[in-house]
Amino acid sequence: MAGVNARRARKQRVLRWAVLVVLGVFFLLPLAAMVEFSTRDAQTWPLLVNWPKLSGTYPDLADGIVASLEQAGLTALLMLVLLVPTAIWVRLRLPRLRRLIEFLCLLPLTIPAIVLVVGLAPVYAWVVYFLGGSSLTLVFAYTILVLPYAYRSIDAGLAAIDVKTLAEAARSLGSGWTTVIVRVVLPNIRSAVLSAAFLSVALVLGEFTIASLLNRTNLQVSIELLGKSSAGMSVAVSLTALLLAFVLLLLLSLLADRRKSIKEPA
Amino acid sequence: MAEVATTAVPQRVAGRLRLRGAAPLAGTVPFFAYVAIFLVIPTLVVVIGAFAGDDGGLTFANVKALTSGYIMDAFGRSILLSAVSALVGAVLGALLAYVLVTAKPRGLLRRVVTAAAGVLAQFGGVTLAFAFLATIGLSGFVTVWLKDHLNVDLYANGVWLFELPGLILVYTYFQIPLMVIVFLPALDGIRPQWREAAESLGGTTWQYWTKVAGPLLAPAFLGSALLLFANSFSAYATAAALVSQGSPIIPLQIRGALTSEVVLGQQNLGKAMALGMVVVVAVVMGLYSLLERRTAKWLA
Repeated sequence: MAGVNARRARKQRVLRWAVLVVLGVFFLLPLAAMVEFSTRDAQTWPLLVNWPKLSGTYPDLADGIVASLEQAGLTALLMLVLLVPTAIWVRLRLPRLRRLIEFLCLLPLTIPAIVLVVGLAPVYAWVVYFLGGSSLTLVFAYTILVLPYAYRSIDAGLAAIDVKTLAEAARSLGSGWTTVIVRVVLPNIRSAVLSAAFLSVALVLGEFTIASLLNRTNLQVSIELLGKSSAGMSVAVSLTALLLAFVLLLLLSLLADRRKSIKEPA
Repeated sequence: MAEVATTAVPQRVAGRLRLRGAAPLAGTVPFFAYVAIFLVIPTLVVVIGAFAGDDGGLTFANVKALTSGYIMDAFGRSILLSAVSALVGAVLGALLAYVLVTAKPRGLLRRVVTAAAGVLAQFGGVTLAFAFLATIGLSGFVTVWLKDHLNVDLYANGVWLFELPGLILVYTYFQIPLMVIVFLPALDGIRPQWREAAESLGGTTWQYWTKVAGPLLAPAFLGSALLLFANSFSAYATAAALVSQGSPIIPLQIRGALTSEVVLGQQNLGKAMALGMVVVVAVVMGLYSLLERRTAKWLA
């Protein structure tokens, strides 16, 4: 039996390394190629980190970067304002509505962004009428896009604590509903809220479909535009955006790890 | 005086009761209003628009136009692209997930690969397209290296990167990590005791995989593959950045319908194509949730 197990372990080790090497090459090669491609012109990287010069040379790119950062921040904010109180409220007072809220929040998963944009075009005609055509108005559509991911995260956070008891305790001590939500429940789902915000930022920074088809600008749209004139620079910006997303999502998974280790003290 | 009091009290109580039923609902108004404007209305615009003529009247012309040659071809290519990239992604992703399961459960390898998979599954769109242009584009790293060192021309038979084979290759890049993420929990559910039980009864490795683990994992594998299919079927940005000429797949056809001059009598053709996409995704996701339920039976 021990011999069989040792042989199997050896076989598994061979398979493991074979799979890891082949897939590792497949996944790392494009990243290495991006580094090589963007360093062909020695001017590319120094220019990218020199913001004043960059925004002078590629004003569209600078606009896109600023627009994307603003969109990401505002989307995270709007998502939190919209979703967190509703999720808490529904758990406390309207448990019957939970299925409906969940259905609506997960709906964007089955509606491809390209389809959503077809339906959003007439809605945005009204948005332009009331608020103007700024790229920041994309935040409305992005909040819908991040809804499934944000909802899952916040719902999981709420499921992990006893919302009802916390709320009843606070209420019996005389606090109002706003205090219950802001000062009692919210601090307890901090890390879930934080990861929902992180996910939203990461998704918005990578968004292209809606911005491009509604004729607005953001990071991805400006990278695509740049690709037509200066390929090296566009690849350098792509790589930077990718690394940024990588760091964001890595922080996110560390956050999730920490949450898990708090929950299982073993 | 007494009469007034007796009639007034029940009224006030009734009023407060009614208020008590409605007041909690008021807390959800902002959410429902927002979702109605930016999610429900756009969906209805697509669904209703698909059956509306240029004058707003009911017509089936748009939906009928879907069966015309070039749209059917685009749907066919979209389905082919999604099926092949889902299949390749599912097989390679499952293999990678198996490698992770047999590694140390809290080891470095597993943590690094799952974290990387989480990031790469989201890695699509323009940046991914540019990554592949830098790799195997006409002046890409690999293309140039192969030509200089091995005298191999990647594109001897035409530039396939901007066509269906290229799209399949590029899509695989985010399909494999997605498979790892969705299939790993199912593999984790397989207990080593089951293998030991099969062995103690004299079963071979082949028998274990075909009679025990295979049937147990099949619903999870199929379900994950369906999710991958839906994922690549709805992808737009990667293809849009890669393919600038022609519209081989249906999302790019919709781009054409949105951005180009509208042909008279086909104002709502884009909506009909969008509806077609939703129907395909809905069917696939429906099958997925059926399989998911089967998986959950023994995974729990």
